[in-house]
Amino acid sequence: MTAPLLYALAGALLCGLGLFGLLCLSHLLRKLLAFNVMGSGVFLVMVGLPQHQGGPDPVPQALVLTGIVVAIAATALAVVLIRRYYHLSGLTTLDAEPTSREGGQE
Amino acid sequence: MIQALRISAIAIACLMFVAGLAASIWAIAGNPLPESLPQLLSENMSRSGVEHPVTAVLLNFRSYDTLLEIGVLVIAGIAGISMAKTTSLEDPELRTSDSLLYALQRWFVPLMLVLAGYLLWAGADRPGGAFQAGAVLAATGVLMRLGGIPMEFIRPGLLLRLGLALGFTVFLLVALASAIGGDAFLAYPPAMAKTLIVVIESVLTLSIAMVLLALFVSAPVNDAEDPEEGGSS
Amino acid sequence: MTLWLMAGLLFTPLAWAVLTLLTDFSRGRLVSWAGILVQVLVSLGLWLAVARDGGFYYGLGGWDAPLGIELRVDGLAVTFVLLTAVVAGACGLHAGAYIDPDKPWHRYFWPLFWFLWSGLNAVWLGGDLFNLYVGLELISLSAVGLVALGGQAGALRASLRYLLAALLGSLAYLLGVALIYGQFGTLSIAGVATWLSDHPVPSGSGMALALMIAGLALKTALFPLHRWLPPAHGIAKSPVSALLSALVVKASFYIAARLWLELGQPIGSLAAAQLIGLLGSAAVVWGSWLACRQQRLKQVVAYSSVAQIGYLFLLFPLTFSVSETVSLQAQQGMTLQVISHALAKAAMFLAAGNLILSVGSNRVDALAGVSRFLPFSLFSFGLAGVSLMSLPPSGGFAAKWLLLQASLGSGQWWWVLVLLAGGLLSAAYIFRIYRASFLESSGTDQFFHPSRSLEVIPLILAMLALGLGLASDQVLTVMALPFEGEGAP
Repeated sequence: MTAPLLYALAGALLCGLGLFGLLCLSHLLRKLLAFNVMGSGVFLVMVGLPQHQGGPDPVPQALVLTGIVVAIAATALAVVLIRRYYHLSGLTTLDAEPTSREGGQE
Repeated sequence: MIQALRISAIAIACLMFVAGLAASIWAIAGNPLPESLPQLLSENMSRSGVEHPVTAVLLNFRSYDTLLEIGVLVIAGIAGISMAKTTSLEDPELRTSDSLLYALQRWFVPLMLVLAGYLLWAGADRPGGAFQAGAVLAATGVLMRLGGIPMEFIRPGLLLRLGLALGFTVFLLVALASAIGGDAFLAYPPAMAKTLIVVIESVLTLSIAMVLLALFVSAPVNDAEDPEEGGSS
Repeated sequence: MTLWLMAGLLFTPLAWAVLTLLTDFSRGRLVSWAGILVQVLVSLGLWLAVARDGGFYYGLGGWDAPLGIELRVDGLAVTFVLLTAVVAGACGLHAGAYIDPDKPWHRYFWPLFWFLWSGLNAVWLGGDLFNLYVGLELISLSAVGLVALGGQAGALRASLRYLLAALLGSLAYLLGVALIYGQFGTLSIAGVATWLSDHPVPSGSGMALALMIAGLALKTALFPLHRWLPPAHGIAKSPVSALLSALVVKASFYIAARLWLELGQPIGSLAAAQLIGLLGSAAVVWGSWLACRQQRLKQVVAYSSVAQIGYLFLLFPLTFSVSETVSLQAQQGMTLQVISHALAKAAMFLAAGNLILSVGSNRVDALAGVSRFLPFSLFSFGLAGVSLMSLPPSGGFAAKWLLLQASLGSGQWWWVLVLLAGGLLSAAYIFRIYRASFLESSGTDQFFHPSRSLEVIPLILAMLALGLGLASDQVLTVMALPFEGEGAP
């Protein structure tokens, strides 16, 4: 058991936590935070697992850096959408239907 | 009751997911690694133009990833400012006129600008680089905005859009120039790799800061909206 | 020459995204039309070049895999690149006439459109697992931005749902990529496949493949993960809906199919293959059934997409542990289904947009009497429907014929029932629209006439979908082209 492997296993745990949050929580901001927790878990697995045997590996570190930027872009976009959604409908969840139900059977 | 059942079902599913994931991580950790990329990387470092391997991967070996990644950031910025339909993104409510904050700012803003510059420069041979520098720069902007310094350039005008596009454009022009020079798309000539990477990193820093700041600033919205197609009935 | 074509293919959409960001909608339209012309020519040129000389690997930045990112330019990839050029080009032309140029936020349509296109090209050509992830995110975020563009609460709601589903899917995929890199030390799909071909399968890699395919299935809206799709596709502007249904969902499916064809045989299992096939069949039946029950026109078309995507997933059981011939038939069927659905669904959404524009309502029963005023768009809608119902000689028929042969050839006769049921149900929802439009109710006589160009574009796309069955041989020979070997330029 090396430190990188411990990171990877912790990452697996974070992934599970984030997934639980994403499925269970209904407030949109909490969902978004859960997504970020899960993302951190994925990045930990990504950095930890290859460095367990191979020693320091710059490739996954660079990949994670790219991944973080992509996650930040997605998070920022989601926050802007959530704020505008709240502004227009006064809702913070996707549970209740804001307009009349003419959509059909879903 | 049904809610509790649902939550416990999801919790059990997530636990099983963690167990499965941990088991396969454990199994993979025990297997031998067939290919050693770090070694191949260190053999090619001399041709990359920078000393720090992470920067070399980001801006030379896998520069296509970085190009597309900046594209993703620009998309988020575009989508963000498309939400804000005011002519000015200034929000008077967000301004504070706290004198303590103002005093703090006068100390912090120059320091943060210097820090951003250092991070950018350090990227060549130690941890640092365009994104870190851009994030600090954006944070400076956030601080200035909260402190009540008007920032008229952050409105959805041509200047903001130029700023958003600048880093991406320069990166793309370098890529195109290398293709015109007869090499593959994004292949830098080894002699110029260092210069090109520094140029790209500098403009990327500006653009990244601009995108992040625009996303922060464009969150307030007004009521303008577009009706759904045929949504009148 | 090929190098120039590749650089043009990768460069133009990104460059046009920047150019159109700096202009307003009307000028952006002119610039974009020029860009569409360039992009169609470049794609056609690359397709012809590959059809003549065979496929090749293209190392970006002059670095080959595993150190750099290699693009895989083969027959299948260039076929999809050409398909994207045709469909996205048509949607772009249609959008230029359809979208109101006076709303200030519509200027952001063009940059998002071009970023979407560049993401699609990156995915079709991608041979590197992580690069595919970035390409997927490029597509998802620009698609979400397009759905949300200037929207009301309903559109924002749909786009948030879409965004959350897409992000979860990407993360699952990325987790799988992390496991693959941890195991194999490379990100190149070809590299992993080569190593697997002469080594035993290492334990733990099943989870990696499962995670990647599950994430991609969520992004492709495979039943039961389809619920984000109909709101998003139904509420977007019609040209955007057409792009999303025709191309965007195919991108994530394409990656899943590539992974399965390269790694499925060693890593996958029979149970997994059958399960995916079963979910695909459920999508065909359930999606078509829900399409029959929708009250809004574009929701009908969106649920029809859920059903048509289901057919694609029959590829998984039909290529696992079967003979070479059957596997090839299934792959050809899948390719034809992707192409014919892309053309037909784009035509259908664009025609539906015209219908909605002319009657001023998105409800199915408001279409009463429209057959007298807008026969052209209604005709396109029907022609596209012929391909979805898989009647000969359409591309949909050819696709399902190949899938049917593959199911019988591999002894998996139960998929034949799905193919038949799906065809009947799709006839039901298409005739329902027709019945509504031929009703001579006492309704209003106020019909708005969309311009001629808006009506011609869906007609051309529908004709292409219909004619695909006749030209399928040509398409399939290019798709099956082998690599020219170590021919990376």
